Amino acid sequence: MSGGGLIDVRGVKRSFRVKQGLFAAARHVAAIDDVSFAVAPGDVLGIVGESGCGKSTLARVILGLLPPTAGEVLVDGRRIAQMDRRERARLIQPVFQDPFSSLNPRRRVRDIVAMPLDAQGDRAGAEVARRVDAMLERVGLSAAQGQRYPAELSGGQRQRVAIARALVLEPRIVVCDEPTSALDVSVQAQILNLLAELRRDLGLTYLFISHNLAVVEHVATEVAVMYLGRIVERRETAALFGAPAHPYTKALLASVLTPEPGLGIPDTGLGDTMPDPSNVPPGCRFHPRCPVAIAACRSQAPALTRVVGGQAECHLVAS
Amino acid sequence: MRALRNAGLVTGALIVGAAVAIALFAPLLVPHDPFAQDLSRRLIPPFWMEGARAGHPLGTDQLGRDYLSRLIYGARISMLIGIATTIASGLIGIALGVAGGFFGGRVDDAVLFAITARLSIPLILVALAIVSVVGSSLTVVVMTLGLLLWDRFAVVARVATMQVRNLDYVAAAWAAGCSKGRIVLREILPNILSPLAVVATLEVALAILLEAALSFLGLGVPPPLPSWGLMIAEGKDYMFFSPWVIMIPGVALFIVVFGINLLGDGLRDLLRTGRVA
Repeated sequence: MSGGGLIDVRGVKRSFRVKQGLFAAARHVAAIDDVSFAVAPGDVLGIVGESGCGKSTLARVILGLLPPTAGEVLVDGRRIAQMDRRERARLIQPVFQDPFSSLNPRRRVRDIVAMPLDAQGDRAGAEVARRVDAMLERVGLSAAQGQRYPAELSGGQRQRVAIARALVLEPRIVVCDEPTSALDVSVQAQILNLLAELRRDLGLTYLFISHNLAVVEHVATEVAVMYLGRIVERRETAALFGAPAHPYTKALLASVLTPEPGLGIPDTGLGDTMPDPSNVPPGCRFHPRCPVAIAACRSQAPALTRVVGGQAECHLVAS
Repeated sequence: MRALRNAGLVTGALIVGAAVAIALFAPLLVPHDPFAQDLSRRLIPPFWMEGARAGHPLGTDQLGRDYLSRLIYGARISMLIGIATTIASGLIGIALGVAGGFFGGRVDDAVLFAITARLSIPLILVALAIVSVVGSSLTVVVMTLGLLLWDRFAVVARVATMQVRNLDYVAAAWAAGCSKGRIVLREILPNILSPLAVVATLEVALAILLEAALSFLGLGVPPPLPSWGLMIAEGKDYMFFSPWVIMIPGVALFIVVFGINLLGDGLRDLLRTGRVA
């Protein structure tokens, strides 16, 4: 899997300086700590994990919006950090979580969708207009809606606009950062179906970030589970959901609410402490919350181990 | 339509609109030439006092010039200085503030230093120094005030830019391959204009008051131009026997500044309760 992928993430780390209070010494918070993976053309890699695990930071690093502190991201065999901004835009595009903050409120929908074409600088007005029209129609928006401002559209329509903007340059990769989590449940399915349809028709590769496991199971061909800045398990979707290897993955799957009322909130056995990226525990970073931790977990970081359909980072899987 | 329900905003807009109209159409409105002196008609009191004469509703000044005409021409000077100064200071302040907020780091440090330095300069003293060196004229007053009153623009533009720069639509513009210039002009500037519009109204009021203060000190527009501050200065020797000579321009100044501030406050309320900027 590693090497030769359309997206090739190699040993990427990203830390932020955090200053708490005027006189406190600045601390470094590792949002991503040594992450490597590759995504083959046409695949959908789902990335799941709880809030603060570094999913969105990873998305920004892969998009080239945030330089990594260490390591490199190769897209189509070239380093994203050194790519020309126009060339990068033709290769990889984002769809963000909140369609209320991802669209400029002062511009009409048409102008928002035309922006990536305008930024290329070499497209004639007529061609831009033609492609914007075609794109709006492709995502299910009318020409009249193109004349509106984002505030006049619903959440689902806004997310369609964001998708149109991402696809108007015909990129090969789309990084979807929680594209449905700000939407009503009834609209989520429409957007997911639209994304699936577009992937099939245009041969896109997705990086699909979400905390919603059901959504990821539905769209992803492979799933990576992130915990405190590291990928603790990465496997083919069916294998992961059928037989999760890592205790954290098991807990995540157990935490999904069932549609049956009266069962209450499931007990994950994780306790109620939240992980703190500025204070990563020694050994396995999951051990303070792990229900099955052994002595080795407290002192030794586990190595990546092969399991059916992928890899996991856990002492218990290794033994 | 919500704007019409805000009494302050409507009153302010009416006052400012009237002041601008008077300033624009001053030559058509004046009953007399504001510069024509008539020493036989000195210090005629306004219409509500004894001894008023027809043809001079607001009386005349110590040189026999019609006070209503001078007041109307004074509106011209005040509005001209208020608006020209605000445009000049707005360009400087917005450019500095957006640069600091957008680039951050060293650039932001430099901008913050410039703001702090500017805030520690006493306005009147600097204006005094400049006028004493280059002499007083309308242009000098506008230039001086324009170069001094940009601080609030810079502070507001900087903070607003910092807020907008981290929003997802700016990230989308980066990802779409937009240049920095395009991001600033298309994505950031249009979204910080509403708080800056409020600052602009406050700056117009401040500039008008400062011009009056400078003119009163003899450092503003030179006579015989009819500035309201200058009218107060010229009348101060007669204030005990003819108090209207300082009262009338004083009230005019108060009403206009009050109106501009009402307009500014109303705009702020409107934008705050309205849809997200």
